[in-house]
Formats: sequence, C-alpha cells, structure tokens
Amino acid sequence: MYYRRYRAPSIWQEVERLQREMNRLLESFQPRRVQPAPSFPAMNLWVSDEGIVVTAEVPGIKPEDIDVSVVNDLLTISGERLPEQVGEEVRYHRRERGCGKFARSIQLPFAVDANKVEASFENGVITINLPRKEEEKPKKIKVVAK
Amino acid sequence: MPDSEKALDAEKQEVALSEGTELTRDRVTFLPRSDIYETNDALVLLMDIPGAKEEDIDITLEKNILTVHALVEPKEPENYALALQEYEIGDYQRSFRLSNEIDQDRIEASYRHGVLRLVLPKAEAAKAKKISIKAE
Repeated sequence: MYYRRYRAPSIWQEVERLQREMNRLLESFQPRRVQPAPSFPAMNLWVSDEGIVVTAEVPGIKPEDIDVSVVNDLLTISGERLPEQVGEEVRYHRRERGCGKFARSIQLPFAVDANKVEASFENGVITINLPRKEEEKPKKIKVVAK
Repeated sequence: MPDSEKALDAEKQEVALSEGTELTRDRVTFLPRSDIYETNDALVLLMDIPGAKEEDIDITLEKNILTVHALVEPKEPENYALALQEYEIGDYQRSFRLSNEIDQDRIEASYRHGVLRLVLPKAEAAKAKKISIKAE
C-alpha cells in the first residue's frame, strides 16, 4: 500500500504564498523612498542657499584612509577599507562586511567654494560641508507693490 | 565562501519581521553586516553600525542568544532640504545563537569608526583540546 509520509502543503498555504508574491510584485512598481546607490558609499545630499551637505556611511574606514576632493561642481570620495587583521589560526563563520578600494564622484547641483570645504568624521559617518561660492549665492529680489 | 573577502556593498538590508510582529519604534531597522570568526580561545564578532553613539548600543546575552540593538538618531542639517537620498537612517538589530559555551563575565565590547567589536572568550570547558593520534 502506498504510504504518504510527508504532508503536502495545504491549498491555503499555497494561496497565501501567491498573495505575498503578488504584493511584492505590486510594491516594486511604487516609487521607492531611497534611490539605490550605484556604488559604495551611499550618499545623502542636502541643499540650501548657503551650500551643500553630503553625508555617507563609511563604517570601519579610518579618516586617514579616505580622500575627499572637489573640482568645481564635482565631488569625489575615494578610499579603501582594509580587511581586518586576524591571526593565522582563525575560522570564519560568517563574512558579510566587504572591503577594498572605492571611488565615487557625484555632480553637485551648483559650484562650491573648494577652499572652504570641510569634512568631519563621526562614528563611521562622514559629513562634508560644501559652502556655495559667495558670488553665486542667490540674491533675494524684493517685489515692490505699486 | 566565508573565507574569501567580499566586495564593498552600498545597500542596507532591512530586518525581516516575523508575521504579526511590529516594531515599537516607527522607524526602519536594519540588519547590520557582520563578520564572525573563531580563534582558539574566543569568538570575535564585528558589526557595521554606522551613526550609532556608543551609549545607544545595547548588547545582551541570554541563554546563548546574543542580541545587539543600536538606536540611531538621525542627524539632519538645519535649514537644509534633502535633495538626494541613497540611504536611510534607522536602528540596527541582530541576534545570533552562539553554539559555544561563552565565558559571560569576560566579554569585551568596543566601538570604533562605526564598527562594533565583540570578543567572546570561550569558557574553559569549551576550549578545543587537541587530540593527537598516535601512529602504531
């Protein structure tokens, strides 16, 4: 006699799975909150009349291993994340943290004063403050009622 | 292959919640990327949690379940508008079940440049004893 050892998934489980799949598919058409970064590191860009602030998460990179340069309206962040120095006799259980060299350029919405650019580093997050050129700051024009 | 190096990755992975569970904080929570390696006398865990303050990282070990939870307060520059967003700021949470007996009193944690480093020394009884095979 044929004896069935394993329980086949019930039809409802199957329907539920299908529903989840459909939801996931529909979600992918909706606009995302975040634009995926083309390469490491992902950056956030903040803009005001005064200038631009760029932040990026670069955990595990020493401030001296990262370079920031600005040419007109092109910001370049490059550097290297060095692999962890471990002894000979180690056995990895899990290795998810990438390492290696990286370089990324981003076009800024306007030219900035390269001499006044400041970068700070805190808890693995780099914040770059790029003030706008004084002569290029927008001027408020008063509307006079007649 | 856990022994080979990985390339740098820009995307963050959100925590997958089991069905019917919600987070108390209305905030995205990410799974921090982790490296775990074992030496002869300890288990070392490295975790990327950029943006967290040292005092906001919570590490608990209960019945072999190690949980790291970090709260991250988003810092937004004043009077600036967000023009491009490639990453979100959120909390981090991850749990691991430890297989080895860990000496709980000697766990060391340090946080530097956005990386949490945990050294979990093995308890004396759990240390590997090398058994040599005698050739006859």
